[in-house]
Amino acid sequence: MRDVWSLYSEKVMEHFKNPRNVGEIENPDGIGHVGNPVCGDIMELYIKVNDSTIVDAKFKTFGCGAAIATSSMVTEMVKGKSIGEALEISNRAVAEALDGLPPIKMHCSVLAEEALKSAIEDYLSKQR
Amino acid sequence: MKRIYLDYAATTPTHPEVVKAMLPYFTDAFGNPSSIYSYGQETKGAIEEARDKVAALISALSEEVVFTSGGTEADNFAIKGVAYANEPKGNHIITSSIEHHAVIETCKFLERRGFRVTYLPVDEYGLVDPNDVKKAITDKTILISVMQASNEVGTVEPIAEIGRIAKEAGIYFHTDAVQTAGHIPIDVNQLGVDLLSMSAHKLYGPKGVGALYIRKGTKLIPFMHGGEQERRRRASTENVPGIVGFGKAVELAQQEISEEAERLTYLRDQLINGLLERIDHTRLNGHPIMRLPNNVNVSVDFVEGESMLLNLDLEGICASTGSACSSSSLEPSHVLLALGLAHEQAHGSLRFSLGKWTTDEEIERVLDVLPGIVAKLRAMSPLLKSHR
Repeated sequence: MRDVWSLYSEKVMEHFKNPRNVGEIENPDGIGHVGNPVCGDIMELYIKVNDSTIVDAKFKTFGCGAAIATSSMVTEMVKGKSIGEALEISNRAVAEALDGLPPIKMHCSVLAEEALKSAIEDYLSKQR
Repeated sequence: MKRIYLDYAATTPTHPEVVKAMLPYFTDAFGNPSSIYSYGQETKGAIEEARDKVAALISALSEEVVFTSGGTEADNFAIKGVAYANEPKGNHIITSSIEHHAVIETCKFLERRGFRVTYLPVDEYGLVDPNDVKKAITDKTILISVMQASNEVGTVEPIAEIGRIAKEAGIYFHTDAVQTAGHIPIDVNQLGVDLLSMSAHKLYGPKGVGALYIRKGTKLIPFMHGGEQERRRRASTENVPGIVGFGKAVELAQQEISEEAERLTYLRDQLINGLLERIDHTRLNGHPIMRLPNNVNVSVDFVEGESMLLNLDLEGICASTGSACSSSSLEPSHVLLALGLAHEQAHGSLRFSLGKWTTDEEIERVLDVLPGIVAKLRAMSPLLKSHR
């Protein structure tokens, strides 16, 4: 059994307490679904795209504090970006925007990056 | 904000009277118990007094109690000690799949050194079936180790029944009593155990001290080699203040063991019933009746444990979880999985463990706060949607 100690930055806790963009988008242009119950993190990321620009993003996440905070942050970062720019958002960039994550929590930022990429791929596959 | 500590199974605060009893042994009474002069002899006497108290708690003889650095050492000592001393007789050990890591990892270590270990399954409540123990015994079995109560889900195991089976088969029987000692009555003869592990900091004593009960005549190798302390079973200059504190803590625990168990059982059931009533899709983990007086373990569907803990922490409430989100393995609690919980249920577990300073008001506060936390997290959970 593990206890939670004060392992998160203030920024992580701020996004954890007040997560941005929680929910689903009706008729989204792309959905990303990553993670699984075994590892304890599941993220769903929805995007709305207009003229190759992401105009809205929302998420639903089952997971720890870092998983919720990275979901919140990645949806903030991606809004207003072109598809090309959004594809360049790395897990490190998400973690840095949150003033860092503990090493054992870096996989949460990877999950956030993967959720975004998966949503964009979903969007692109529908364009073909 | 007033802090509400509900993680007594992790550790307890040291009782002020225990601290008071320990203090002289850091300064005035600092002598080495092995020394001949009176400085040494007074600390020797203090150790023996503590040993008497610990022995009395479990109805053992004083000479059957060896002080260790804690519960983990006691478990290591019992299992490795018996395994290596009885290797000529056999190489098979029987344990359960819900033991503390101090037992499981010690058994895994021995497996790598050529021993064979059977990890018995448990039922949905976490109970070991004594018949399974019986069936697992072979002519190579040298040790059975089953914990008296689960540190995670609180289930109290049928130790006396297993003890009878072990005795009949002439096999040494060890139990990890770290969660039970000082909390429920223990009689080593009635339980039929040959070895029993205890830890001081789980019963309002200091950290860094524990004990292993070793029934007279039990064959096991010493845990540490060196001086002649602890009847040559555990070399090293004794942790005098720690041992004195352990003795004092045991004395205090024994005075109020029945009333305290009764009081905590009431509060425990208030919390369990309140949580199950106020939050839907919640289940109790562990046995509803054969259960430690202070343990509450629930799984809350669709939400993850650490995010609940963080929110509780923001309200000043300390608890713990079987979720593995903060471990490098990412695997949730082996105990909850052994009970048959799905991974997402294990990740959604919360443990509250109550203690001496837990009040009705604190329980009420948890019941007021947790439903809102769960609702907030469920609103952002993708699992809830797929459930609907």
